[in-house]
Amino acid sequence: MNDGVNGVALAVFIFFFVVVTVMGFLAARWRAAENANNLDEWGLGGRSFGTWITWFLLGGDLYTAYTFVAVPAAIYAAGASGFFAVPYTILVYPLIFTFLPRLWSVSHKHGYVTTSDFVRGRFGSKGLSLAVAVTGILATMPYIALQLVGIQAVLDVMGVGGGENTNWFIKDLPLLIAFGVLAAYTYSSGLRAPALIAFVKDTLIYIVIAVAIIYIPIKLGGFDDIFSAANDKFTKAGAGGLAPPAEGQWAYGTLALGSALALFMYPHSITATLSSRSREVIRRNTTILPLYSLMLGLLALLGFMAIAAGVKVENGQLAIPQLFENMFPDWFAGIAFAAIGIGALVPAAIMSIAAANLFTRNIYKDFLRPNATPEEETKVSKLVSLLVKVGALIFVLGMDKTVAINFQLLGGIWILQTFPALVGGLFTRWFHRWALLAGWAVGMVYGTWKAYDTPSGTQKHFGNTADMPAIGEIGYIGFTAIALNVLVTVVLTVVLRALKAPDGIDETTAADYKADAGDPGVQADLPPATAGSPGGH
Amino acid sequence: MTPARVVAALCLIAPFVGVLWVGSYAKVEPTLIGIPFFYWYQMLWVPISAALTSVAYLLVRREQRARKGGESA
Repeated sequence: MNDGVNGVALAVFIFFFVVVTVMGFLAARWRAAENANNLDEWGLGGRSFGTWITWFLLGGDLYTAYTFVAVPAAIYAAGASGFFAVPYTILVYPLIFTFLPRLWSVSHKHGYVTTSDFVRGRFGSKGLSLAVAVTGILATMPYIALQLVGIQAVLDVMGVGGGENTNWFIKDLPLLIAFGVLAAYTYSSGLRAPALIAFVKDTLIYIVIAVAIIYIPIKLGGFDDIFSAANDKFTKAGAGGLAPPAEGQWAYGTLALGSALALFMYPHSITATLSSRSREVIRRNTTILPLYSLMLGLLALLGFMAIAAGVKVENGQLAIPQLFENMFPDWFAGIAFAAIGIGALVPAAIMSIAAANLFTRNIYKDFLRPNATPEEETKVSKLVSLLVKVGALIFVLGMDKTVAINFQLLGGIWILQTFPALVGGLFTRWFHRWALLAGWAVGMVYGTWKAYDTPSGTQKHFGNTADMPAIGEIGYIGFTAIALNVLVTVVLTVVLRALKAPDGIDETTAADYKADAGDPGVQADLPPATAGSPGGH
Repeated sequence: MTPARVVAALCLIAPFVGVLWVGSYAKVEPTLIGIPFFYWYQMLWVPISAALTSVAYLLVRREQRARKGGESA
């Protein structure tokens, strides 16, 4: 499908890439504290981000390059059912509004950096905390891999991916360079790098979407023509029309709700949230973040435009980059590709930082080296963030792309299983720690088995919707798994309470969940991450 | 539960009813500038839910400030 390298587009792409690279390294000096050697600094940007930076950071984080490629690709391939991403991102914000300010408060009061920190403090259970940490890391790895898949799609369309016969090293060299740059500035600048780069990324994305949504429909003869072409395609394929049929509606709703519940529990969403300056910053952000959902909706419609424009690709991931290449002049296609490419770097950086925080705090420090100093924690975290990215790279280069996609699907199901411990824990201590652990295990096993057992499209395994027991409709597997998880947790809690099984020690108090910046015991900036760390920054 | 909190809770619950009741909007007509109802209806919920969340935010903030003022007085 490559007809040579698109030189102009490539030059524009490289230009923006160099700009963000320089920014990434300079970011270390941006609003820096005197002592950069603790995890609050490197891993949470000093916990000092205000409304606008948090907005860009969370936006850059939740709406990834993969989202930009995959959501329209799903519409291109499957039609209406791919649009569930829109209700999903609508529902995320009321959920964040309700849950995350409490997590912010308790985390700032006790110096928690990760969700596992909180679970350990709340339930006094290292086992449960380990389960949450491992789930978080497992779910994040394929997500990082998919960001690299997003960059690869753009490089392919620009003609620098190489043909089938190119030597593997030449073929993957551009991706290796992009990866090396990402790894280097994350290592040196921590969370400040993606926060700064997110400004560039979002500006480019908004420009590209605004132009695409006006320019392409004009070229294609308006939305009437676009949707009638799409209607022809899906009716001919027997895939229903432009709205989901009655039997697909439960799947649509449960996918939207289940994905919304999963999204804000991913370690990278939590990292971005905890780096904000106050509770108010989080709540205020939930009122302005929906701007991204609007953009996502418009972007999804590009999938229909690709059909109307006669874009024919075997790999659906290439549909949107190919549409840009066909419709836009070369220089503007370059800007669009840069937007997607940089859009991959921001979340990949935040995700690897979040996974590294989890490993350092909840595996390394809790189980391997309890006496680690803050300097040592930061050093380990930086190294692990590198390892996580290398792992993702091997994933992408060594295995088929569909493997990464399958694992990301499983990741969503897995991360959802930490919901009872995390959100339950934010509101009540009634759940017993052993019951939570058992519920988590049941949800993990059921979700993984059911997803493996369900065919999807052309594949034999890894579907994401299946029959829901008791309801008798087709629905999201993660949703059934979380229902089972909650059921097991509640039943076992009742049993364990009746047997008077010992509770863990709760180090939090009711008031901790409402504390805000300025209250006694809450340091807005730089609370020492660990006991015994030097107090004055 | 104060009345302000009840209203805030309703504002936060409304989008769930709006978008999860898929049967209520899974249709093509009426179209808007050529876009089927299914799509523009859901996109319309983006600004609506943003407005509702803003109302909830203002209500909660006002109540918290009043409470804090009450404690120090």
